Amino acid sequence: MTLDTTAVTGTDVVLSVRDLSVVYDGADPVRAVRDVSFDLARGEVLGIAGESGCGKSTLAYAITRLLKPPGRVASGEVVFHPADGPPVDLSTLHGEPLRRFRWNRVAMVFQGAMNALNPVLSVRRQLADVFTAHRPELRRAEREERCRELLDLVGIGPERLSAYPHELSGGMRQRVLIAMAMALRPDVVVMDEPTTALDVVVQRDILEEIDRLRARFGFAVVFITHDLSLLLEISDRLAVMYGGRIVEYGRAADLHAAPAHPYTVGLLRSFPRLRGERTVLHGVPGSPPDLSRPLTGCAFTARCPYVFDACHHTDPSLRVAGTTRAACLHYDPALRPDGPPEALRAGRFDSGPAECAVEEAGGDPPVDTTGRQPRREAAEPPQASTDPVTAQAESAPERDGAAPETGPWPPTGGGTR
Amino acid sequence: MTTLTVSQLSKHFPLRDGRRRRTLRAVDGVSFELRSGQTVALVGESGSGKSTIARMLVRLTRPTTGEIRLDGIPVAADRRAVRRYRRDVQMVFQDPFGSLNPAHTVEYHLRRPLRLHGVARSAGDVRAAVHDLLARVNLTPADQVARRLPHELSGGQRQRVAIARALAPRPRILLADEPVSMLDVSIRLEILNLIDRLKREEELAVLYVTHDLATARYFASSIMVLYRGQVVESGPADEVILRPAHPYTQLLASAAPDPGRPRSSTPGGMRALRGGQQTATDSGGCLFRDRCPAAMRVCHTEVPEFPVGAGHMARCWLHRPDAGQLPPQPR
Amino acid sequence: MRYLRRKALFYLVAVWAAVTLNFLIPRLIKGNPVDAVLAKTQNMTPMSPEARRALELQFGVSDDPLWQQYLGYLGNLLRGEFGLSVAYYPTPVSKVLSQSLPWTVVMVGIATVLSVLLGITLGMLAGWRRGTWLDALVPTTTFLAAIPYFWLALVLLYLLGGVLGWFPLNSGYSYETTIGFNWPFLRSAIYHGILPAASIVLASVAGWLLGMRNMMVSTMAEDYVLTAEAKGLRPGRIMVQYAARNAVLPSVAGFAITLGFVVSGSIATEIVFSYPGVGMSLVAAVANADYPLLQGIFLVISLAVLGANFVVDLLYAVIDPRTRQAG
Repeated sequence: MTLDTTAVTGTDVVLSVRDLSVVYDGADPVRAVRDVSFDLARGEVLGIAGESGCGKSTLAYAITRLLKPPGRVASGEVVFHPADGPPVDLSTLHGEPLRRFRWNRVAMVFQGAMNALNPVLSVRRQLADVFTAHRPELRRAEREERCRELLDLVGIGPERLSAYPHELSGGMRQRVLIAMAMALRPDVVVMDEPTTALDVVVQRDILEEIDRLRARFGFAVVFITHDLSLLLEISDRLAVMYGGRIVEYGRAADLHAAPAHPYTVGLLRSFPRLRGERTVLHGVPGSPPDLSRPLTGCAFTARCPYVFDACHHTDPSLRVAGTTRAACLHYDPALRPDGPPEALRAGRFDSGPAECAVEEAGGDPPVDTTGRQPRREAAEPPQASTDPVTAQAESAPERDGAAPETGPWPPTGGGTR
Repeated sequence: MTTLTVSQLSKHFPLRDGRRRRTLRAVDGVSFELRSGQTVALVGESGSGKSTIARMLVRLTRPTTGEIRLDGIPVAADRRAVRRYRRDVQMVFQDPFGSLNPAHTVEYHLRRPLRLHGVARSAGDVRAAVHDLLARVNLTPADQVARRLPHELSGGQRQRVAIARALAPRPRILLADEPVSMLDVSIRLEILNLIDRLKREEELAVLYVTHDLATARYFASSIMVLYRGQVVESGPADEVILRPAHPYTQLLASAAPDPGRPRSSTPGGMRALRGGQQTATDSGGCLFRDRCPAAMRVCHTEVPEFPVGAGHMARCWLHRPDAGQLPPQPR
Repeated sequence: MRYLRRKALFYLVAVWAAVTLNFLIPRLIKGNPVDAVLAKTQNMTPMSPEARRALELQFGVSDDPLWQQYLGYLGNLLRGEFGLSVAYYPTPVSKVLSQSLPWTVVMVGIATVLSVLLGITLGMLAGWRRGTWLDALVPTTTFLAAIPYFWLALVLLYLLGGVLGWFPLNSGYSYETTIGFNWPFLRSAIYHGILPAASIVLASVAGWLLGMRNMMVSTMAEDYVLTAEAKGLRPGRIMVQYAARNAVLPSVAGFAITLGFVVSGSIATEIVFSYPGVGMSLVAAVANADYPLLQGIFLVISLAVLGANFVVDLLYAVIDPRTRQAG
């Protein structure tokens, strides 16, 4: 019996989400988030990974009660568990209590710092606003002092208090936003793509800043991004979203070592490794599903190399799959008593036998073995795909072998190793 | 076999900083070669000048100094040479949403370069050529796609259209300026694999401009690392990434996310110094010295390129031939 | 500071250009103001050459070389002499202007400012809270703006002045009072100005309202408004400091242009209400081919437009810190 390492013991939970569904009303209602459940433990980093259209940003807005019409929470609940006091069901908060709850307990850091700062107000004003709204008893001098402290927390000098957002670099703006989120020492900080628009060096700096602050103040982080490789580095636990659902959920290390859901497998293989061996990589061909159409069965069928009959009819729910939990019918003992196929267990994103892995750099370039394409019948079924235009898989790039003067690359072509 | 030779390419902008006249050297003395069937990656952060280089190569901007030669013929030789150059050198842009005109169909986008460069003339020829292009980038059924408007296509599909458009005049050089950075992760590799296949089929020379070291390694045979307008390191891809010689390359390599690295360990390698004013681009010497932990007094003087390995060079005083004998000097 | 200096320099050059053009253009027109006066007075007896010469001197018609005339013109300007009016002969133009300008500037100026403030405030509220009664303001005010203005003014005058007798029917003040800083006069002036000002406000508020409302709607979709809400700020503060302050920027630019043209008076208003402002003088000047008066009025309008633009440029720099760098 496998141990469910993904569960969190009750007293440690700071935020629990149960069966949350969000719909955008309209002529064709879009079910952007479907039955999402997870627990956030106090002080942990939960990463939410997914691509455009998977619903992760909608989820973030739903949790923080920032959804705007036509979006609305269709069902489910979000409960906040303060360290002192009874649990708070966020849907019961309205008006003034909601306003008071905001930022004190749950703060949010938005994407890109491009537009998240008011262009016509100084940094000082925008930081002080938080105190004016939530700590009205503070005097001006005390507010100023606190604002300086906040900037100091993120390594920005106090002279920047008088600056305007357009006078700061992208990295600095992001740090101001993070400092602003720290103002009331919240329990949870939700970060929606906080480093996407930034250079990789600045990004590394910001991540370390967040880590330092977390070590000091002990808040939990929900980190939302499309960059799965980043999340694997920084998260304690990870949830992968696709088509509005969480399709895989577990500890980051487990997810990396033994991903269970085909989408996770495919996604992991979409990141070329900086170091280590070069392998044939394909990504996940196809497009995300159109969530305004009613979906029967699993949302991933159009792109999944392991699809079988039941996938078209049954919408899988999260179930134990090895060391993680995955929403995939291959892990349903009733349908698949022998478990998932060999290729999936081995972490491949195709249903054929293994290709040869290639050696460390300096050796041969990787060659798609005998020119065989991975099977792509999953891309064909028109009823599951809303888009008749398909793009077949490509073979992997071959290194340019024709220029001997650039190094010891033997010419490509013909034969495998 | 086509060669595009770039020599000492520079783009300078005059600045007025109060009373003083300064120059912003957005691109400074960049030289490289592109050859048929090869991909060269130009890696740099925002502000490094990499997009400016691409734009100069495709003649959207004129260089301040330096020379671009296609098969030995300078670009600006005469009207006809320019015309031929424009046909031979094509670019794929970063933004799949911005590079296609939302008011026109896919067919329109592909028709125009075909007609303009005389690849096809009659309506029948054009239609056939459009379908052929779409098939080559795996957008099928071609006649349906041709009728679509850009907003009816996904990001990946739009980028394929952009690639088809670039291929329409039968170019010999393809410049890809961050072609996948605005696409979903799961489809990036498909697009890169497509470009690679087309490179082999058409014998193109490809310049891949990116900030992502990992895809640069995957996709290109040689890498040039650009820092604030200067090439600081270049060489075979694996060499540059696995044995980076220049401190800036080391910084980039250690800052990139690496899931293989165990958690809670601070990334080894470079830690750049933070803060302070950036060195002005026209101040001479190494531009990285204000952030480099290994900076020395000599770094204030103009740095030449030093060989570090086979075809591998770094623009860093740490690698001068007699560096081993001298003790590191304090700044 | 550099921004200020640069702007001031620019406007000085613009003023010089306006003044010079104002000098050149009438001199390019054929004819002679003296002939116009003579035609107007329909003098039967032929005028003696000396008398004619005297008139010409008065009107500044001369055979001097152009540059000499130009210098004389500039000198006159600085002394405030614009020549003699033909329509109100022999009143100097400067006197005509000094008597009619205050009426226009005060009445039309106040009406414009009121219209802008009202429009922007209502627009802000209408954009912030959609789906309330404020939405009905949009068709209402645009309807009022679409009606031919003179008709609206006439209807107002007839109904409120004629039928109901709430407001006086004409002129800027009651002739029983004496002009000056005394309360009966001021009260009468205000009383006479209400209806014309109201007609201007009613007809023009729609533009400001609509503009501001649309900008509010698009500004409210911005990330910084969402951040402000997430921070738990009070709604009023978000509406004003985060949304409105950004949304109002285009309106400020429009205000600059409108303010400058206040000086040209609202001709239709002044005709309908027989209001003694610049508009009336302008009509009289055109009817009488009164070039000196026309020149004077145009010069004042140019200077006023430039001045208003300058003030608003400065205002913009205060409101939007991004412009301080660009300049």
